[in-house]
Amino acid sequence: MLKRFIIQRFLPGRDEKPYWQEYTLNCDPSWVVLDALEAIRRQDPSLVYRRACRHGICGSCAMNINGHNRLACETRIAALPNVIKIRPLPGFPIIRDLAVDMKRLYENVAYVKPYLIIHSPLPEKERLQSPDERKKLDGLYECILCGSCTSACPTFWANKGFLGPTALLKACLFFMDSRDEGLKERKRLLKAKEGLWECHNIANCVEACPKGLNPLRAIITLRKKMLKKQND
Amino acid sequence: MIEHKHEIVIIGAGIAGLAAALEVAIAGKDVAVVSKVFPTRSHSVAAQGGTAAALGNMEEDHWQWHFYDTVKGSDFLGDQDAQAFFCQEAIKTAYFLEHIGVPFSRTEDGRILQRYFGGHYSNFGQGKPVRRACLAADRIGHAMLHTLFGQCLHYKVVFYNEFLATHLILHDEGCAGFLAWSLAEGKMHIFQAKAVLLATGGYARLFEISTNSAINTGDGMGMVLEAGLPLEDMEFVQFHPTGLYPWGFLISEGVRGEGGWLLNNDGERFMSRYAPEKIELAPRDVVSRAIQSEVKAGRGINGKPYVHLDITHLPDELIKEKLPQIREMCLKFAGIDPKRHPIPVAPAAHYSMGGIPVNINCEVLWNGKEEPLPGLFAAGECACVSIHGANRLGTNSTMECAVFGRRAGKQMAKMVDKRDFLPLPNRTLKEKMEEIKELLTRPSRQNITEIRERLQKSMSQNCGILREKWGLMKQLEILHQLKIAFKEVGLRGESLVFSLAFQQALELKHMLNLAEAIVRGALARTESRGAHYRTDFPQRDDQNWLKHTLIFKKGNQFVLDYKPVVITQFQPEERRF
Repeated sequence: MLKRFIIQRFLPGRDEKPYWQEYTLNCDPSWVVLDALEAIRRQDPSLVYRRACRHGICGSCAMNINGHNRLACETRIAALPNVIKIRPLPGFPIIRDLAVDMKRLYENVAYVKPYLIIHSPLPEKERLQSPDERKKLDGLYECILCGSCTSACPTFWANKGFLGPTALLKACLFFMDSRDEGLKERKRLLKAKEGLWECHNIANCVEACPKGLNPLRAIITLRKKMLKKQND
Repeated sequence: MIEHKHEIVIIGAGIAGLAAALEVAIAGKDVAVVSKVFPTRSHSVAAQGGTAAALGNMEEDHWQWHFYDTVKGSDFLGDQDAQAFFCQEAIKTAYFLEHIGVPFSRTEDGRILQRYFGGHYSNFGQGKPVRRACLAADRIGHAMLHTLFGQCLHYKVVFYNEFLATHLILHDEGCAGFLAWSLAEGKMHIFQAKAVLLATGGYARLFEISTNSAINTGDGMGMVLEAGLPLEDMEFVQFHPTGLYPWGFLISEGVRGEGGWLLNNDGERFMSRYAPEKIELAPRDVVSRAIQSEVKAGRGINGKPYVHLDITHLPDELIKEKLPQIREMCLKFAGIDPKRHPIPVAPAAHYSMGGIPVNINCEVLWNGKEEPLPGLFAAGECACVSIHGANRLGTNSTMECAVFGRRAGKQMAKMVDKRDFLPLPNRTLKEKMEEIKELLTRPSRQNITEIRERLQKSMSQNCGILREKWGLMKQLEILHQLKIAFKEVGLRGESLVFSLAFQQALELKHMLNLAEAIVRGALARTESRGAHYRTDFPQRDDQNWLKHTLIFKKGNQFVLDYKPVVITQFQPEERRF
């Protein structure tokens, strides 16, 4: 399969602004976009992108492929048109080519305290959690921090104080965990920062998530939790 | 050069590195983690099926049974003092992991859910399989790593992400620190520390078809070898029986644990011929060789080098609840629904049993034998304690990372008060900087990716699941050629900002050395044991080879040495399944 790749290149400091570079490749039908990038880099070792696990669990290779935020390692070439346009995740500063600086996302994730808050003494063995209680974490704990959702969120682009869907999904995970004892603190944190109520329900995050998670639903769940007055 | 000073610095942010960092931070010491990738991208994240602990949540189980299985699984090459310690600690560690928040799947009464895995049996191998793998659906690595990372944020661990450690700085009195390359800036940094922990992972990327991340190039082991320290049991490389064909992505052993069958082209459950009792739940080395034999005998699917892993008979619910990631991968990559079609699988390089020789306190040993090197520690896949000996049991690796990561953390926290920073020897620093400068100024006459691919292809061909003398000799010659080619690799004119080329050049240097260590160990070891199988010496030979290999690099020469295996309780016996 002959495919044309149009890739955005940019090296801040050297290049005045981003530019497009074209490569034509003969691709195997089994290839994913990451295979093509690796093949391109054999000819042009200066092309920069992130990758690690190659099968959709490490979250390194999120990029914008033909207008959609996708993991390069999971996006099959055969399912794409003959011209494939690749640019870095929007909404983050570019370090070089397809590698962006996700510091803001990471800081927001850290802000929501992505860990259990516990006050009670721990038992000798495991704490008990029923399968139903555990089920409430499904659809939340699987996030791979790839940044696809946050990068697709216009509110995140426009509002520099906005937490963004990744951080809010993480926040929701700990609201839902029956083992967590930090409800009061978590509510205070969410109130103190723009996030929950600034989301305009655009739902780009839902379309963007490569793991089929639904950050918007998590945001709505959080809103309900915030409005509910119990034990706080 | 930018200088940093921390009491304790950990290289690597997988489960071992983060477990260690957490212990150090809880103890209130000054700790930093230096990682080649953002922590949650570390390859621990890809572990699927479960983590081992004889909790007995499903049926009777005891750490002693786990101990026996680990010893037998290791083909009697593991050190039994360490193995016994590990199996006891695993239980406490599983509870610790639950306490810090790992989202384990649960039993009806709310305890940690456990599943079957290869090599885990009751009653010292005599009884039925036992459910010992603590699971979080089929994402145990993700669950553990993200939880540990969250806890590290809680305890304010300092992270240097996307920093590639390049050289250890040793001193007559121990480890003084190390050099690292900051990828985003393209600059060298120097880290001075009272204690350094290597938690840099394995080297299964040395092979063409591998379950491993592109980053698993054995950098920590490469640095150790270069610093004149030995590596242990490098010839023992685990090939996971079920990599998704043709890519090699991991298809968890949990799939067989939940009742999956392996079928050849005749639709036969061929494992019953190789392991009549345990069938699909025999240890990995046994199953991988069986698949290889089926393929060789022409019973691969449609004559191709793979077999089928069939779960079409399993309930829909079970697949969705307990194997969701497997299902997703089959759909996304192979375009098949595993409920309707069997999964194409073939063995893929998966795990490095060998590594940096350490004692039970995770201290790196000067000569690989007794005397610790002050200030240098290793834990996780890059270390060789040795828990896994010649073959690792499924689910023991994530638990090893957690058990020994924590132990290393505690040891380091204890020792730093009694220890001063060592001065950084100027001459060594200058030497290392010269090497980097040379790489950066040399014009490029050889393609890094091409050398890397030739290395991977030839290692799979000549030093893979089945090995013999002539193939190994040939591989030494190939490595010699590749090392000559590597001298022509240069980065002149390259921008250093986020230079993957620089990273790959550094990785390649280590990969070539590690490959030679593996091949030399494999060539010398004229027996078959665990994952090391010599077609010209198909029997285990306890009389001559019940010993650990140590390999040193002295200049350009590799020197072999050996040390005895620690046997406390279980004498070697024939390994039947």
